Amino acid sequence: MRSEWRAPLLLTLGWRNLWRHTRRTLMILFAFALGVWSMIVIAAITRGSMEQQLDKSILHLTGHVQVHMAAYRDDPVIEHRFVPPPALEVALAGEGVTARARRVRVPGVIASERESAGVTLVGIEPERERGLSFIPDAVTEGRYLDSAEDPGLLLGRKLAERLETGLGRRVVLMSQDVDNRVADRGFRVVGIFDTQPRQMEEAYVFIGRATAQQMLKLGNHITEVAVMTADRDRLDVPLARLRAAAPALDVQPWTVLEPLLVLTRKITDVILIIWYAIVFAAMSFGLINTQLMAVFERTREFGLFQSLGMRPAHILGQVLVESLILLVLALAAGNLLAAATVYALRDGIDLSAVAEGMELVGVAPVIYPAWSTGDMAAANLLVFVLGLAASLYPAWRAARHVPVEAITRV
Amino acid sequence: MITLRLAWRNLWRHRRRTWLTASAIAFATTLLVFMITLQLGAYDMMIDTCLRVFTGQMQVQRAGYHARPQMRATVPDAQALAARLRAASGLDGIAVRAQGFALASSASRSYGVPVIGVEPAFESRVSTLPRLIRQGRYLSGDQAQEAVLGAALARNLKLQVGDELTLLGSGKDGSIAATIVPVVGIFESGNPELDRHLVQLPLRTFQEVFSMGDDAHAIVVSGAGHETIPQTKAMVSAQLAPGSGLVVLDWEQLIPGLRQLIQADMVQNWITYIALIVIVTLSIMNTFLMSVLERTREFGIMLALGSSPRRIGAIVLLESVYLTLLGLGIGMLLGGGIAVYLHYTGFSFPGMEEIYAQFGLPGVIHPKLSFAGFTLGPAVIFVFTVLAALYPALRIRKLHPVEAMHAV
Repeated sequence: MRSEWRAPLLLTLGWRNLWRHTRRTLMILFAFALGVWSMIVIAAITRGSMEQQLDKSILHLTGHVQVHMAAYRDDPVIEHRFVPPPALEVALAGEGVTARARRVRVPGVIASERESAGVTLVGIEPERERGLSFIPDAVTEGRYLDSAEDPGLLLGRKLAERLETGLGRRVVLMSQDVDNRVADRGFRVVGIFDTQPRQMEEAYVFIGRATAQQMLKLGNHITEVAVMTADRDRLDVPLARLRAAAPALDVQPWTVLEPLLVLTRKITDVILIIWYAIVFAAMSFGLINTQLMAVFERTREFGLFQSLGMRPAHILGQVLVESLILLVLALAAGNLLAAATVYALRDGIDLSAVAEGMELVGVAPVIYPAWSTGDMAAANLLVFVLGLAASLYPAWRAARHVPVEAITRV
Repeated sequence: MITLRLAWRNLWRHRRRTWLTASAIAFATTLLVFMITLQLGAYDMMIDTCLRVFTGQMQVQRAGYHARPQMRATVPDAQALAARLRAASGLDGIAVRAQGFALASSASRSYGVPVIGVEPAFESRVSTLPRLIRQGRYLSGDQAQEAVLGAALARNLKLQVGDELTLLGSGKDGSIAATIVPVVGIFESGNPELDRHLVQLPLRTFQEVFSMGDDAHAIVVSGAGHETIPQTKAMVSAQLAPGSGLVVLDWEQLIPGLRQLIQADMVQNWITYIALIVIVTLSIMNTFLMSVLERTREFGIMLALGSSPRRIGAIVLLESVYLTLLGLGIGMLLGGGIAVYLHYTGFSFPGMEEIYAQFGLPGVIHPKLSFAGFTLGPAVIFVFTVLAALYPALRIRKLHPVEAMHAV
């Protein structure tokens, strides 16, 4: 019976106590909401820029999984070539793989009439690269390659400028063939591609896979297979299947191919937690101070409650409920504000004014905030639990008074 | 005088509250001093590492060469010009470079790489590469028939010190440039771009192989600190004959991304700092407000006894200033202490080294000890808290003595 009305009473008391000083409460509410807001918004922006970087790196010829000869990753040259075994082809055609393409990727030299440059020569299967890498969507002038046998060549804009060549002009590619002799062949530039970061435009040239195999006397050998799956964070099953299908080859997920991306992700998590902790610490000073004051000015009241028979535990509960209401209100306001902010920024934050700087660290000039449930839950949980913990001290002070002393104190 | 005393005493009427509020300010100050000194240290390190490894503070080039590095866009008679610059400026951090492209081959491998011709005697004054030789030695003289190359390139080419390196490219006039030179040294800078691509030859050898005559492509200049860059640039510009088609590009023009990167980082960091400061300010504004509200009666009596509202307002404001200064003092001591400590030991966290190495930076940051670093954060906090204290202080002007005395 009694426990039925006790909780509502505490709630009513807490709620009313909170609004005894409207201004004070609003101010602390605002401070808290701002704190929660900054936690979530900054998390969304950081997470967004990191995820974009990750997506981009995966599209930059990495894919979710790659298959090579064992020594190729260490020493990416033509000697480490292979013919995909039939079992691998079967596994690649199976479920879980959304895109796959064979590639010939070796170092080479490109020369125009005027200049020459070192590049990575990539022989691709044009149709298969759709959904697997950036190249099908990056051709902004001329055309994309038609087929693996296409005799044309795709050149990055920056490299085209450096070589003083352009669409429709001829360039010469040189590389080592399987017999260690220099193989060279003239190509017509059929397409120019643009991409970010622009170093990519200078680093790669693309030709048809079959053309590359012919030029380098590769037969039906290739140097890598790139694979895209449904979910980059759930690679265990597809990996296991591919490895079982090609035990002699080196099948690696992007986490192994690009360890820096994994590290960046981990560091982002750590930085966000540190940011949360700092913001919370700043907020908790305000919370403790306000609640402490609210408790001190009510010393007489608490004494009276106690002499009327209220147990210290309930006084403690009363103050805690007050904090609880405050926290819930602040969290609600903070989350709403943050959601509105992230929504308002859905078209991205344009940093193109400092694009070259962002490029140095591989960040795109437009950042799209990413609303992550995990980050939001972490922020809310942290503020809620630690906020309650922080108000334990004022609550405990309130409950500790001896009734008679408390009543007689002015 | 009595105002100062009153304010000080008022502050200690609520010890706990004062300390709590002061520690909120101290917390924010510590954090800001630490972060800002670290940030400034990181910028210096980035600029320094970037410039010292290879680029130098500024370069004399033919106009347009930087945007489009073409062989024929040369600095004519570069060594003579460099000598004149050295004599005129008194700086010895001035070195000539020429750059070409070649297919670098060993017995079993070839890679297309940029080849740089350098003056071995002066190169070490503008670049740290000569000191980053891991095996063998650096180039011995302007005309020596030898080469040094990056560690990653050497590994890819399967070359050791003493092996022969074949270079095949085209010279300034379009003729074939070919030579075979022994590798005398292998450098490792930590910057993947340089380690994977670069081959250096002595300048004279380079000019001969690439049919450059006495021409080169850049004169690299590195003076003392960053502060002197504008003067050095003006001095070097003055030495260039008008109409020669040569320009001086400073590091901001050579690596425009670096300045932008720093600006972007600065803006981003200040947004977080301001958010933090506002949160702290709102928390302590409450304290200020309450300390005024609870003394309504007292202020009423003071008014009745003839104190002017202005004076009471001054006392209240002073209390806030004392409180803020107390917090700032503690915070600056703590934050400054951490900064000084880390200035000597260096700051790093797990994973930072790998990420920084990608950009050729060392994985340790030394906070920069500078006046701005120590005072910028506290100054902003001070402005915010004083603004926060104005509101309660101004409220006092609205008090009526009689009503105020009756307030509970």
